[in-house]
Amino acid sequence: MKTFLILGAGTGGTMMANKLVKRLDPSEWKIILVDRELEHYYQPGFLFIPFGYYKPEVVVQPKRKFIPANIEFVISDIEMIEPDASRVKLAADKRVIQYDQLLIATGTDIHPEEIEGMKDGGWYKNVFDFYTFKGAVELSKFLKNFNGGRIVVNIAEMPIKCPVAPLEFAFLADYYFKQRGIRNKVEIVYTTPLSGAFTKPVASRMLGDVLIKKDIHTEPDFAVSEVNSSKNTISSYDGREINYDLLVAIPTNMGAEVIGRSGMGDDLNFVPTNKATLQSNKWENVWVIGDATNVPASKAGSVVHYEAETLIENILHTIEGKPLPASFDGHATCHITSGFNKSLLIDFSYDVEPLTGVYPIPVIGPFPLLKENTFNYLGKLSFKWIYWNIMLRGIPFPLPPAFSMAGKRQ
Amino acid sequence: MSVLDKVKFDADGYMEDSNAWTPEIAEAIAKREEVTLTERSWVVINYARNEFKVKGEAPTLRNITKNTDVDTKELYSLFPGGPGKMAAKVAGLHKPTGCI
Ligand SMILES: Cc1cc2nc3c(=O)[nH]c(=O)nc-3n(C[C@H](O)[C@H](O)[C@H](O)COP(=O)(O)OP(=O)(O)OC[C@H]3O[C@@H](n4cnc5c(N)ncnc54)[C@H](O)[C@@H]3O)c2cc1C
Repeated sequence: MKTFLILGAGTGGTMMANKLVKRLDPSEWKIILVDRELEHYYQPGFLFIPFGYYKPEVVVQPKRKFIPANIEFVISDIEMIEPDASRVKLAADKRVIQYDQLLIATGTDIHPEEIEGMKDGGWYKNVFDFYTFKGAVELSKFLKNFNGGRIVVNIAEMPIKCPVAPLEFAFLADYYFKQRGIRNKVEIVYTTPLSGAFTKPVASRMLGDVLIKKDIHTEPDFAVSEVNSSKNTISSYDGREINYDLLVAIPTNMGAEVIGRSGMGDDLNFVPTNKATLQSNKWENVWVIGDATNVPASKAGSVVHYEAETLIENILHTIEGKPLPASFDGHATCHITSGFNKSLLIDFSYDVEPLTGVYPIPVIGPFPLLKENTFNYLGKLSFKWIYWNIMLRGIPFPLPPAFSMAGKRQ
Repeated sequence: MSVLDKVKFDADGYMEDSNAWTPEIAEAIAKREEVTLTERSWVVINYARNEFKVKGEAPTLRNITKNTDVDTKELYSLFPGGPGKMAAKVAGLHKPTGCI
């Protein structure tokens, strides 16, 4: 009997477990899935919790529910990966698993301790993240009682997962305070290490316009050096200092600590991965999916979905001793919420930046690209249902995995 | 006549062929960008060129500060206005792919 071991039962690990169980011969392969948490969090929902648009409980479900019964699901911290020996050590019962094929899907997490002073006095008092369930819930309590002042949104350094989420936060904050009738008492400042609103030129210009329209002040090229909780200021290396009443931080994102401990990661604990095949650059029987990789694609659920289509074919071919057929093109699709009932859609790849035009989705499309639209927002909201019921279960849905120029304007 | 006359740059001012780089070219690029190079700048430039040779990519700020004795604050004073991009420019490397 051979072992297929999957580390991490988040978006990518769960999706791949569902795909593999259908395609691997059960008389030959045993699939084991490991995660330290019992609950699965729908992370895109974290964005809506601070404003009370989602109740916290709608983003949490038991992981078990999405994992096929004939897979061994182990709840444990992963202590060490030893790829040279094809072996993984778990914390629970000091179990050692010898594998034939390994899939790493351990994601990325925030590290506020990387920024000087961020975790001092103000953390979860008037300094919050919304990239964790706890952060989003704590921030919702704070916002309820916030009646005016300056909100500073800060991205510490790139890359971050869902690079549009901080922008969406700023857009939603604008909407939220308008609804409460106190927008004139609230100043919103968007500080970013990028030179504009987004990483790619066309989208950066379009989204920059939306920021201006919503009276959100952008502070570009802002590389945060320090947070001072007693003065309530955030400073940059080039000497800028900004006062805040509320700091909404997107701290440094890093891959799982176990990747670093095992000597498998880069400076941020992301695993060096072949960007076309999703195979580890160093070990032939190690595959990587989602936020855990270092590939130059967005760290997003939609990307995980597109990657999974490539990955399953590559894994099966490798097992059969055939050459790798499929190659991932960096395809990403993101809905950018710009208000409570509006959103923009962007679609891009390794080689093509987000452009304007329309996105042709069979049956339900076309969706306009890079343009605020109510219909797009319905797309964003239906994503939660699609995530729980289709994506995690590894069921194909009518989004073509390969990036296409159809409908895009150059 | 400047040493830069024969050097090919891309639209953003990065050298097209990093093999054509020389320390004199670095000095000239720095002058054009109004940056003064010190002994400490050269620690960064030499490290960045070495990394590029091995990995085919300009190193990130985090990588530089982790593997040299230059910290982030000093990097910003050595290469004002974005040390990642400026150091890559002076070291004759391609624009850092950076972020997505
Ligand atoms: C605020 C926010 C908004 C977002 N919005 C969107 C959106 O609109 N659209 C979109 O497509 N994407 C969005 N995303 C991104 C998306 O949620 C992630 O990209 C996706 O979930 C990544 O999947 P993954 O499998 O790589 O990692 P994850 O789903 O994070 O899974 C990693 C798993 O590994 C486990 N793990 C890690 N280390 C260990 C260890 N040592 N031992 C045991 N287990 C371990 C963790 O417990 C976790 O379950 C958003 C994310 C955030 C935070």
